[in-house]
Amino acid sequence: MRGLPPVLITAIVLVAGFALCAVQFPNIASTRVVGNLLTDNAFLGIVATGMTFVIISGGIDLSVGSVIGFTTVFVALAIERWGMPPLVAFVAILALSAAFGAAMGAVIHVFDLPPFIVTLAGMFLARGAGFLLSTESVPITAPVYSTVSDFALRMPGGGRLTSVAIIMLVIVIGGALLLQLTRFGANVYALGGSRATAGLMGVAVGKMTIKIYMLSSLLAGIAGIVFSFYTSAGYSLSAVGVELDTIAAVVIGGTLLTGGQGSVIGTFLGVLIQGLIQTYINFDGTLSSWWTKIATGVLLFAFIALQQGLVALARRPRTKSLGAAT
Amino acid sequence: MQNSASLLEVRGISKSFGAVRALQEVDFTLRAGEIHALLGENGAGKSTLIKVITGVFPRDAGFVRIGGEEIAPRSAKAAVAAGIATVYQEVNLLPNLSVAQNLFLDRQPMRFGIVREGEMRRRAKALLADFGLDIDVAAPLGSYSVAIQHVTAIARAVDLSARVLILDEPTASLDRHEVEILFGIMRQLAKRGIGIVFVSHFLDQVYEISDRITVLRNGRLVGERETASLARLELIRMMLGRELAETTSARAAASEHEVREVCASFENFGKAGYVAPFNLELRHGEVVGLAGLLGSGRTETARLVFGAERADRGQARVEGAPVRLQSPRDGVRHGFGYCPEERKTDGIVAELTVRENIVLALQAKRGLLRPLSRREQDEIARRYVKMLDIRPADPERPVGLLSGGNQQKVLLARWLATSPRLLVLDEPTRGIDVGAHAEIIRLIRELCDDGLSLLVISSELDEIVTYSDRVVVLRDRAHVEELAGEAVDVGNILAAIAADSVTVALEAHT
Repeated sequence: MRGLPPVLITAIVLVAGFALCAVQFPNIASTRVVGNLLTDNAFLGIVATGMTFVIISGGIDLSVGSVIGFTTVFVALAIERWGMPPLVAFVAILALSAAFGAAMGAVIHVFDLPPFIVTLAGMFLARGAGFLLSTESVPITAPVYSTVSDFALRMPGGGRLTSVAIIMLVIVIGGALLLQLTRFGANVYALGGSRATAGLMGVAVGKMTIKIYMLSSLLAGIAGIVFSFYTSAGYSLSAVGVELDTIAAVVIGGTLLTGGQGSVIGTFLGVLIQGLIQTYINFDGTLSSWWTKIATGVLLFAFIALQQGLVALARRPRTKSLGAAT
Repeated sequence: MQNSASLLEVRGISKSFGAVRALQEVDFTLRAGEIHALLGENGAGKSTLIKVITGVFPRDAGFVRIGGEEIAPRSAKAAVAAGIATVYQEVNLLPNLSVAQNLFLDRQPMRFGIVREGEMRRRAKALLADFGLDIDVAAPLGSYSVAIQHVTAIARAVDLSARVLILDEPTASLDRHEVEILFGIMRQLAKRGIGIVFVSHFLDQVYEISDRITVLRNGRLVGERETASLARLELIRMMLGRELAETTSARAAASEHEVREVCASFENFGKAGYVAPFNLELRHGEVVGLAGLLGSGRTETARLVFGAERADRGQARVEGAPVRLQSPRDGVRHGFGYCPEERKTDGIVAELTVRENIVLALQAKRGLLRPLSRREQDEIARRYVKMLDIRPADPERPVGLLSGGNQQKVLLARWLATSPRLLVLDEPTRGIDVGAHAEIIRLIRELCDDGLSLLVISSELDEIVTYSDRVVVLRDRAHVEELAGEAVDVGNILAAIAADSVTVALEAHT
């Protein structure tokens, strides 16, 4: 009743943008391009799902890009140099990144520190640890990698829904269900409304904070594994600045940066919008790829302005009152 | 009272914050099924008592029993578990969640780890129907009025099996019709045997709804009375702590009725929903006192006069010329000064030195481009430290280390340094020991003799009577009476505060 919800606006922007691109380059409207778009942005979609939980709860996680970088190096070294079976390496790195996120959440809660600072420290820590393991790119030659990379579902029209894209879609859907249907999800929104009030109403604020950052880091770990599938290598400098692309996707997806409102589906749409811009630039061929960043920046501004407008609208005094006015 | 089983027993509660004794041996008894008003002026200890009962503050002495069992909650959550729920004026719910989620947060009906949204909504709807509310429970709580949010908070509290419900100023932001609905709900809950503690400064509402009244003053219990048998004047006397016998004692013979020039005047000045329009003349060399109960509109009047709040009607004049008062900057430009009530939060900057605090307003008035030299600053600071006898007489000491009385003097000095024509003092003697009281009052008189015009708010009626040439009495956010000359005495002020609203309204409009 009060204008459109932000998610819907994101959806409209995506559809309109896609239509515009399709008019200029009819080839874009094919399952082949869409499949590639999903594959190219799989890791971003995964990590952005976790970031959505963090931001809705009123926090921020700057460490995810570094966790992805560390994960790729760790996985590459574990498989190629230390001789671990890939599956064991995956379990190990996921346990490690989950523990890392839980530790950040615990620090944020126990010492009552701003998430920005704590996860900034986490960002340097994870990046530094990655360099400690190896400063050069380590190629991964394990047969599992080519098997997984080659696996894909055929879509009508010749497109391929690759395994990494499938992983991403499963995580996005799972994340959306977790956020909307469970008590955990309700508590995430509650924390974003007000930590103090949520605590007064019986939410275990400390446990929730730990779980939320654990989830974010765990998903960053999965994103790192997916990224290593995608590049077939581990490199400590990979995914630099991805945390910012992630935050941009979440905000463009209609999640309030101050917490309390948002959705995983919106974030997914935000990821697709960024991917679409990239695809357009690839098709055009003459534009520098930095135009992606510029377009993302413009979109971010537009969405933040839009949200401020909506928030201001919501703050206006209500005329709705109990029963008839006197 | 047929049902006289005592539900909540509070005995001998004491609580100190540092050297300040916020509560001293306070007793409080709440019976099942009664609505019990807890009254007292600012600083009387109402909120401290509530916070001790609900476990927000640990207590120093005494005990709390509910249904005969001693409890010692360490947190609001533990208090709720013990059956005590509190609804604050600022609704403690989450506006971004749906009404249903707010009602059932952390205890949603579940199946296979999934919240049963439909079931939750159905239950929420049924629960609110008990309170006469039929709303869309899936909509965010923030999209409803404060009244509905209050009812939702109460519904949640009661549904958490509360036996004691504490309502802290629940009606402050409700309109008349909403108050009626809330009262209906309170009566209904009381019938079910729930004991309700009602904190309010609206005396009409207290008389309308409560069965008994407990009054606190300065952290002590003044008394507990049946509402029906307690006259309004008597109640106000309990709250303000005045015996009618000891009236106009030390009133200075200030009434040399020379005609003084008008310094500032306000005609039909007011703001809708803030203070009803009033006329006020402030003359040079005159002290005007603002008297009234907490929430009667005293501070609001002061803020309008200073420009801290924007009036939406009326005309202000300074020395006869019409002026615009849109912001505190306007006030300062016209030579007004304002010492707010909350010294710690609105007044002093505790980390800065005495000197820096004193020159603050003067520097702001001059603007950044004309800085005061260190020599000028030292000179000014020294002068006021001496004049107001600020102790210790060290301009370089951080203000936070000074006693309350001396902090107040630093604030006074800050405004005096700007050579104001009108100074507004909000509760200048609050939180200051008795010796410093007298000194501040002497200062007020002296300042006035120098031609300064003063507008002073105080809850201490004796004080107001001592230094005021005229006293304006406020009630329910309107100026209801102005006393001058011989008429200024504690008895007349009390009578004006307590006067029946109808007659007062008539008087005010004649």
